Amino acid sequence: MRERRCVEALNGALHELFERRSDVYLIGEDLLDPYGGAFKVGKGLSSRWPERVITTPISEASLFGVAAGMALRGYRPVLEIMFGDFLALGFDQVVNGISKYREMYNEQVSVPLVVRTPMGGRRGYGPTHSQSLEKFLMGVPNVTMVAASELHDLHGLMVDAVEDDEPVFFIENKVMYGRPNRRPDGGYLDGMRCVEGPGPYPSLTFSGNDFEESAATIVAYGGMVPHALEAAVELIVQQEIFCEVVALSRLLPLDLDPVLESVARSGSLVTAEEGSLTAGVGAEVVARVNELAWDDLRAPARRVAARDGIIPAAPGLEAQTLPGTAEVIEAVLARQAART
Amino acid sequence: MYLIRRFEETLLDMFSAGLLVGTTHTCIGQEANAVGVIAHLDPQRDVVVSNHRCHGHYIAFTDDAPGLLAEVMGRETGTCGGRGGSQHLCRGNFYTNGVQGSILPLAVGIALAERERGEGAVTAVFLGDGTLGQGTVYECLNMASLWSLPLLFVVENNRYAQSTPAELAVSGSIAARARAFGIEAAELDSADVLDVSELAGQAVERVRARGAPSFLVLHTHRFSPHSKGDDTRDPAEIERLRVHDPITIAGGRLDHGVRQGIEAECERQLQAAREAGEAAPAAGAVAVQ
Ligand SMILES: Cc1ncc(C[n+]2csc(CCOP(=O)(O)OP(=O)(O)O)c2C)c(N)n1
Ligand SMILES: [Mg+2]
Repeated sequence: MRERRCVEALNGALHELFERRSDVYLIGEDLLDPYGGAFKVGKGLSSRWPERVITTPISEASLFGVAAGMALRGYRPVLEIMFGDFLALGFDQVVNGISKYREMYNEQVSVPLVVRTPMGGRRGYGPTHSQSLEKFLMGVPNVTMVAASELHDLHGLMVDAVEDDEPVFFIENKVMYGRPNRRPDGGYLDGMRCVEGPGPYPSLTFSGNDFEESAATIVAYGGMVPHALEAAVELIVQQEIFCEVVALSRLLPLDLDPVLESVARSGSLVTAEEGSLTAGVGAEVVARVNELAWDDLRAPARRVAARDGIIPAAPGLEAQTLPGTAEVIEAVLARQAART
Repeated sequence: MYLIRRFEETLLDMFSAGLLVGTTHTCIGQEANAVGVIAHLDPQRDVVVSNHRCHGHYIAFTDDAPGLLAEVMGRETGTCGGRGGSQHLCRGNFYTNGVQGSILPLAVGIALAERERGEGAVTAVFLGDGTLGQGTVYECLNMASLWSLPLLFVVENNRYAQSTPAELAVSGSIAARARAFGIEAAELDSADVLDVSELAGQAVERVRARGAPSFLVLHTHRFSPHSKGDDTRDPAEIERLRVHDPITIAGGRLDHGVRQGIEAECERQLQAAREAGEAAPAAGAVAVQ
């Protein structure tokens, strides 16, 4: 069977959810067919369920709150934010509303909404349409953040998110949409052994030598997952250095167990993200590993991230800003040199 | 109205006596709005979304002065177990939050949910004149109109936002702002609860019948400070406002004995609420074994 493209996997999950549950709504901009949303994840829904797809004015500052109001009253809205960058407009609703209601109202309510939004660059969209702003959500308590990658079970992740009773921020990735949603076959992908973590939003841990001793643990999510995997394969082929790659799908609450398990084997940690370096997701991963597994570490951790600056539009400049496979390889080799 | 008035006077007294911490915003002088509007809402079916100045709305809708007092006193028995305090309340179909303008999107979402449920619920959202400075207000007027939401906007124009007079913050006409979105709007300048009730009753009925939003501008006066002891207005100005006291206006219509009976009953309820609050365990206190 042909592998489904990522956009088809996400779209298929929404169709299944709409069919199965009458409390699921999709709200956001430009959702109606034949357009079906800017990245087409909502395609076909408005034709089949016109009353449950609500196309909205350009009002992000309010839309997060609209979704929260629906969720407080027993519905399961899926809010599509066209570009992750626009999260900034809704941040009051996220910080002072969505993340607070359940706890602030003394557990009398829940807010089972999903905010779906694409992050990431490499499409030349320039400074305000290319960012990876997950780091701003990392500091928000009481929410779940899921980062989808082209190697995860996207259908399953979306179903888990919509059926989650906590608010979920479901981070998609712009370059992923058109690519095949590749899945491990018989426990292997690209010649690497792949183990899936337990529970909803499972992590994927890859190893090139069946989890024998490894040189480093590379933790990645979203758009950096294929780069991390490519780096691991190249390190094996060209230098016979074996790394494990932990591809997280749940960033909040941070899914630390697979990271700790892998670090226990490798003694070395490299984080890889497309967001800018300072106070990023990697900083939190490193801090936690230092606290919980200092004795396992044989070298200081290293973070691979975007330069602290804008993401320029011109392809050459954009490539200088965003990290890729080469930067991950370089970080692993630097760890090798620093190992005690 | 008298219960709300005395409830909030009690709060201010307790703050002055150092018995309460945190902050509070009283609606002393504005009680007719809460009572006149909420009289037309059914707590089992309808929804109220309110703001920082919410005690009047809360008591009028839930009749739960003890829960609110315990909440402000930081007790386990408070409306939100002490987590919310004065301006972050939820009970049944009542919700408040403390960021100006934040509650409007929530109200739109709630009204949208209730429109979909189709049980005829009306959602009422209260906001102040100062909050008209927030962009979300206009995003929400737009969506409420586009989506024919059963949503009643109630602007309580007390002509001040904290210390800032409306002349420095609100341009043009408030009602015309709603009309520009195709939403019917009515204005009233009265502290008489019967006037408020008559206008609000018509508005609620139309929202319910037409399934379309409506917008009320209630011109009103706050006699008390914005929060506690932070009034920089000329005391003479506040004295002049007292001709608009809703308690005096409504009380003046009552037979002396009836009025005394109502007042005595309110005092009794308040006293009981205070005693219950004092007896209740403090939220977050370590239990003594
Ligand atoms: C976004 C935001 N800015 C500032 C404040 C601080 N604040 C609390 S109440 C208030 C004045 C609100 O005025 P208005 O809307 O007229 O309501 P009123 O207090 O008169 O009832 C201000 C500035 C706040 N709570 N939220
Ligand atoms: Mg005001």
